[in-house]
Amino acid sequence: MLRGLWRLTWLEIKIFVREPLGVIGTVAVPVLVFVVLGRLLGPRVRTGAPDMPRFVSVDLPIFVSILIAASAVLSLVAIVAIYREGGILKRLRATPLRPLTILAAQVLVKLLSTAVTLALMILAGRRYYPVDADVPIASFTLALLLSTLSIVSLGFLIASVVPTARFAQPIATLIVYPMIGLSGLFVPVEALPPTAQMIARALPFTSAVSLLRGIWHGEGWYRHAGDAAVLTVMFVIFMTLSSKVFRWE
Amino acid sequence: MHQPAIHVAAIRKTYGRTVAVNDVSFDVRPGEIFGLIGPNGAGKTTTMECVEGLRTPDRGAISVLGLDPKRDAYALQKRIGVQLQEAQLQKRIKVWEAVALWASLYQKPGSGDRLIEQLGLSDKRNAWFMSLSGGQKQRLFIALALINDPELVFLDELTTGLDPQARRAIWDLVRGIRRRGKTVLLTTHLMEEAERLCDRVAIIDHGRIVDVGTPAELVRRHCPEHTVVVATDDPAAAMRFRDIPQIDSVTSDGLQVTIRGRGDDLVTQVIQRLAEHRMRVIDFRTETPTLEDVFLRLTGHAIRE
Repeated sequence: MLRGLWRLTWLEIKIFVREPLGVIGTVAVPVLVFVVLGRLLGPRVRTGAPDMPRFVSVDLPIFVSILIAASAVLSLVAIVAIYREGGILKRLRATPLRPLTILAAQVLVKLLSTAVTLALMILAGRRYYPVDADVPIASFTLALLLSTLSIVSLGFLIASVVPTARFAQPIATLIVYPMIGLSGLFVPVEALPPTAQMIARALPFTSAVSLLRGIWHGEGWYRHAGDAAVLTVMFVIFMTLSSKVFRWE
Repeated sequence: MHQPAIHVAAIRKTYGRTVAVNDVSFDVRPGEIFGLIGPNGAGKTTTMECVEGLRTPDRGAISVLGLDPKRDAYALQKRIGVQLQEAQLQKRIKVWEAVALWASLYQKPGSGDRLIEQLGLSDKRNAWFMSLSGGQKQRLFIALALINDPELVFLDELTTGLDPQARRAIWDLVRGIRRRGKTVLLTTHLMEEAERLCDRVAIIDHGRIVDVGTPAELVRRHCPEHTVVVATDDPAAAMRFRDIPQIDSVTSDGLQVTIRGRGDDLVTQVIQRLAEHRMRVIDFRTETPTLEDVFLRLTGHAIRE
């Protein structure tokens, strides 16, 4: 049913673009904030001013990637909930479309909007944020794709069970933001209390941050095979669980 | 006779402790419009969704066009068209996009443009779904249900919430579907709709089928009484009707005489008496029971809007 997948994805992209608030919120605002911050902080980032928080001076690309992936998750959860509540999922399901196709189209749209947002940021931010010439962009893109897939599949699990569209976004926010807090982006995982460390290591964001950071700074995949494996396993677990508990109506 | 288009044998479906459908059986013949009628919550939609393969009954067997709706879901989907109760589409999908998407899902789709035209949606081709009126949305859903030129069409509460004019337009469309040789299974809680549209109906109440038949059969079977109201200036009129066979009652109120009886030829008998006694008739009308009356009699409660 590849034809159906392509059709539906293309249609969902068009529908996404027709909603001005959605486009502004998920694409335009992040790029704008990035550029404004770049104008304000750019010179100090370039000179490596010591008062810069670590996540600005070192982890900016990772920070941005994780936030964009998180916002993709939130909007995915909201869309699935709205589609379910409106009977759209049920209507699509009563066609030859395979259930997986219907869901995959939503994921593809989110991956694409994430990619577009990041690409715009890179273009717009080049002037303000210096990127070393030896950053392995292809590797980083691959790592980002794996991370996003894993994080989005977590979103799918949340979307599978949220009761109503009204609560979808708040619930997803409550789950996703603490996970980012524990991910090691702001505070190194090693500095957390032991219990929090254990929890942190079981979350996809933590592995994603570790993988993205490592790849960005030129460490090889072999050093992060563990992270990649965790992300893959989580993707499989989340998708399997979702397919078991997913509610169409 | 042909094999039935739909064969439902003793299905049962429960949600927790609620029994939604209980021991429901019926056959739908090829080429007919068959209606599941009953109040909201009677189990009509659950029954229909079991037949469509969207739900699995706890017990019982269903065969649709000779296939099992669950096991042969994908083979069946090519041959049926479905309109769901209270379904929606993406708010900002355009009419033609929805039709094109649906068309792309089938191997031999009909012409989407022709369907859009037939259903009177030509000037709404580029309109977003959210901007359509209730009647236009339903017509779009009918178009989607017909895009694969199905042999069997399911219509669930098709005209709920529509104004009378839109309702009549939709009825004509459904009759058009039958004219093209297709079978229709529909649900409605509107007795008038069932009476005007359906070849046969099954009355469902509290998850059970109460009776099945043509609307006329059901009326004859359960509400055989007829009423004739005659207005005449003959003072002895009431007396002259008393000896009609199978008469229930004759009452008079001024010039108006009301004759109730259950004989098939009650009306003939009344007319014969009128002629025999050369009564001058000022007004004459008959009152025939409707499906609404049948429903009231069978279930003991009126159907709720």
